[in-house]
Amino acid sequence: MMMKITIDGKSIEVPQGTTVLEAARMLDIAIPTLCHHPKLTPFGGCRLCIVEIKGIPRPVTSCTTPASEGMEVTTSTPRIKDLRKTVLELILSDHPNDCMVCERAGDCTLQEMAYAYGIRENRFAGERRIYTKRDGNPFLERDMEKCILCGRCVKVCDEVQGVGAIDFTYRGFQSKICPPYEEDLDCEFCGQCVAVCPTGALAGKMWSHKGRQKGVREVDTICSYCGTGCNITLHVKGNEVIRVTSREDTWNEGWLCVKGRFGYQFINNPDRLAKPLIKRDGKFEEASWDETLEYVGKRLNEIKASHGPDAIGGLSSARCTNEENYAFQKMLRAGVGTNNVDHCARL
Amino acid sequence: MNKNVTVQVCMGTGGMAAGGAEVLAAFESLMKEKDIPAEFRRECSLHKVGCRGLCAKDVLVDIIVDGTRTTYQYIKPDMVQRIIDEHITGGNPVAEWQVADDYHKFHEKQVKVVLSDCGTIDPEDIDSYRGAEGYQAIRKVFTSMSPEEVIEVMKKSGLRGRGGAGFPTGVKWEACRKASGDQKYIICNADEGDPGAFMDRAVIEGNPHAVIEGMVIGAYAIGASKGYVYIRAEYPLAVERLTIAIKAARECGFLGENIFDTGFAFDIKIKLGAGAFVCGEETALIASIEGQRGMPRAKPPFPVHNGLWGRPTVINNVETLANIPYIIKRGPEWFSAYGTEKSKGTKVFALTGKVKNTGLIEVPMGITLREIIYDIGGGIENNKKLKAVQTGGPSGGCITDEMLDINVDYESLARVGSIVGSGGMIVLDEDDCMVNVAKYFLNFTRDESCGKCVPCRIGTKRLLEILDRITKGLGREGDIELLEKLSGDIKSASLCGLGQTAPNPVLSTIKYFREEYEAHIREKKCPSKACRDLLTYSILKDFCVGCGACMRACPAAAITGEKKKPHTINDEACIKCGSCFDVCKFKAVNRE
Ligand SMILES: Cc1cc2nc3c(=O)[nH]c(=O)nc-3n(C[C@H](O)[C@H](O)[C@H](O)COP(=O)(O)O)c2cc1C
Ligand code: SF4
Ligand code: SF4
Ligand code: SF4
Ligand code: SF4
Ligand code: SF4
Ligand code: FES
Ligand code: FES
Repeated sequence: MMMKITIDGKSIEVPQGTTVLEAARMLDIAIPTLCHHPKLTPFGGCRLCIVEIKGIPRPVTSCTTPASEGMEVTTSTPRIKDLRKTVLELILSDHPNDCMVCERAGDCTLQEMAYAYGIRENRFAGERRIYTKRDGNPFLERDMEKCILCGRCVKVCDEVQGVGAIDFTYRGFQSKICPPYEEDLDCEFCGQCVAVCPTGALAGKMWSHKGRQKGVREVDTICSYCGTGCNITLHVKGNEVIRVTSREDTWNEGWLCVKGRFGYQFINNPDRLAKPLIKRDGKFEEASWDETLEYVGKRLNEIKASHGPDAIGGLSSARCTNEENYAFQKMLRAGVGTNNVDHCARL
Repeated sequence: MNKNVTVQVCMGTGGMAAGGAEVLAAFESLMKEKDIPAEFRRECSLHKVGCRGLCAKDVLVDIIVDGTRTTYQYIKPDMVQRIIDEHITGGNPVAEWQVADDYHKFHEKQVKVVLSDCGTIDPEDIDSYRGAEGYQAIRKVFTSMSPEEVIEVMKKSGLRGRGGAGFPTGVKWEACRKASGDQKYIICNADEGDPGAFMDRAVIEGNPHAVIEGMVIGAYAIGASKGYVYIRAEYPLAVERLTIAIKAARECGFLGENIFDTGFAFDIKIKLGAGAFVCGEETALIASIEGQRGMPRAKPPFPVHNGLWGRPTVINNVETLANIPYIIKRGPEWFSAYGTEKSKGTKVFALTGKVKNTGLIEVPMGITLREIIYDIGGGIENNKKLKAVQTGGPSGGCITDEMLDINVDYESLARVGSIVGSGGMIVLDEDDCMVNVAKYFLNFTRDESCGKCVPCRIGTKRLLEILDRITKGLGREGDIELLEKLSGDIKSASLCGLGQTAPNPVLSTIKYFREEYEAHIREKKCPSKACRDLLTYSILKDFCVGCGACMRACPAAAITGEKKKPHTINDEACIKCGSCFDVCKFKAVNRE
């Protein structure tokens, strides 16, 4: 069933179940959000997305409110802006305001909101949460003083990754996102939570002080770890890969696994093979691809001629795609003439 | 020997704490010893009862001899012998141990519906409830009424939810009945987290079957086959009695597969809560039953459409449910004869604070606050002056002494910025500082906020910080306005009822006692002399006889002086504990 809803004077028909926020975005009307994430179930915690709906005295959160027929929404009034400002001031009154040295500065939704609403003074300055213990896990820096409790990490871990490694603990002002019993995080380290965190509360440990935006190029490529072939974006400073992210508008929707997201440091290793090697007189020597492939073809033919095709076997890799694996076995079966084909994933 | 004797020993939580179990045991063994046939239930019965409201006088014992009731107060096991000898055997009640006038006055203006059987029936004996027409209401419902007719009766009675919001129960049931879904649920909300509230606990401890009967009727009306009682684990006695009651109801066929041979199936599970105030909020409560963290979610959808496990669900408060059997039995007109135009029936309140008779009371809606405090409560303790009455707990507000003739009902209290709420009623006198009162409640809401939304989680903390600095003499010009501004914003922007009402104690105390706030901020004085940091103690030379009592009492050694000469207090060393003030017999210590 379609419903007609009017937002800031513009009308649109949306299917039942569409939220006011989604409808507004279809109309290109911007509503500020912090806890909302399009791939996760609505939370309604940050209260920034409040709007006024005709006939409802209290402001409502657009991210949680389903559109209904004839609804008339105003997304920005002096009262709404003022409430959003109070909310932002409250968040910042319990925040380290560490942008100078924060890993996420320049890519932080909270910072962007504070900038947009021009928050400088804070009427509500007061005590803030202080946590001195550092999470000892190898991958994720969890700075819970910067956490605004938007709940996105909790939801992505549960709803997308299906792990449930973290949740809210304690109540009231002391509320905190934690692994069970506040022990060090021990999970899949997929980093989905890092990807959706709107602040600098979550970051990769190996990103630390390597570079933020300035002088950093983004290079889109494909992860080479497995046949899944996720889209990744390398953040490159100079000639060094300093971070890996993934774009949300790709088929893997921005989700990665621990290898793709955090297993990139080998790229920068000087020992990594960048060219093929051929052993001559007991010593490896660098060679070109053309020379190497020619050499391999020649040797295969020689061995087949002198010992028969079954003297040759092929082992392929889980890091290749289906298509690559298909081509490989075809080469061995049809080209070489042997059924000695296997694959490392069987081991 | 008398023909007919009933002994009722109070074993509500108050009665138990005062030794009710021991008193009951003493009656049991001594009556057996004396060969008073305790086993012959019809002639002679001895049993426990639930709370009758004036727990301060526990252990309360009622002896009913041939229909004449005598109530004893402050009974200890060693007093039992004499009661048996003189009263039960001898026929002469022990006059000096009987309750006095205040006990009777306490009950005079009360009207007991929900609590009508509390304090007379044995909560652990289903036959005792059945003897008081218990389970007659479901008999009537199952044998002669359609679900729609039940809903019609509820609507006609005007019953509104007693859990705080006052939503009409019949309307809620109707919405759930009409909601589509093959599985529906009814939940009894027994979370009762307001500080100082114990209405629901007393109902369950005193008459658990009325709650069960109310739930069965509700289940029939909406078409639910499963029910939950969500009760806090800190109520072990209530949980125990409810467990016994559910088992007994099941054995009698009032719960189970085929109730009254109608083919209707309904059963109840108990779910223990871990004592989070926010879990009383219905969506948080549902999350908690589902095994998740108790955090509210935005409404709509409302639980009547999308509740427990996503199914249509009615959530009702304990007191709401306990009213229902009586409404069915006696008719909606009988019920709506009590109360005002829009607030029908009675309401149970926990009357606490500076009144003489603190306790649990049930009054008709619309009674004046003056009647509650002066007739039922017996007036203010120690002849102090009444300052205000706080109703509705952490979501409520204050009513000043000038407004005492206000009718206690939903509309009238809302009009002056307070609420009926779940029934907390705290009486404050001239010694109570209103900034401190606000601070007390904000301290509670700061801790009990679920942490989900920003205005409540951080806003209540900031309100508390501002209040705290005001009571410490560090308040600044503009703090009152800042409190008002922040309070308003928290109310507007919070997700659930907790945050939306948490600033009420602040706004209400500012509204009626602004000058107290100003005195704290501008003159650094607490007019009620309650804020320790704002007090100075000094010794009045003309009154001090130099006895040295203050010097000996002072834990900080801040007082010096020679014998028989006026002493002095060193202000810097003084920790403002007030020991000198309390100990001086000559009123020579000045506190301001
Ligand atoms: C923070 C909060 C705490 C609540 N606590 C309780 C409670 O302890 N008991 C209760 O019956 N209702 C409580 N309520 C109200 C319930 O959400 C709900 O409205 C009520 O149980 C409905 O029952 P009723 O219609 O019979 O009143 C609370 C509401 C809020 C917002
Ligand atoms: S999380 Fe954002 S707002 Fe906070 S310090 Fe980092 S960049 Fe600044
Ligand atoms: S890294 Fe992945 S598994 Fe670990 S907490 Fe984050 S989302 Fe959950
Ligand atoms: S760690 Fe990040 S994503 Fe998780 S709740 Fe905090 S701010 Fe939100
Ligand atoms: S290794 Fe992980 S990130 Fe890389 S392609 Fe495979 S699943 Fe994707
Ligand atoms: S108002 Fe308070 S209790 Fe309610 S959802 Fe928000 S933080 Fe939780
Ligand atoms: S985006 Fe809607 S409440 Fe946070
Ligand atoms: S428990 Fe005995 S009167 Fe309340």
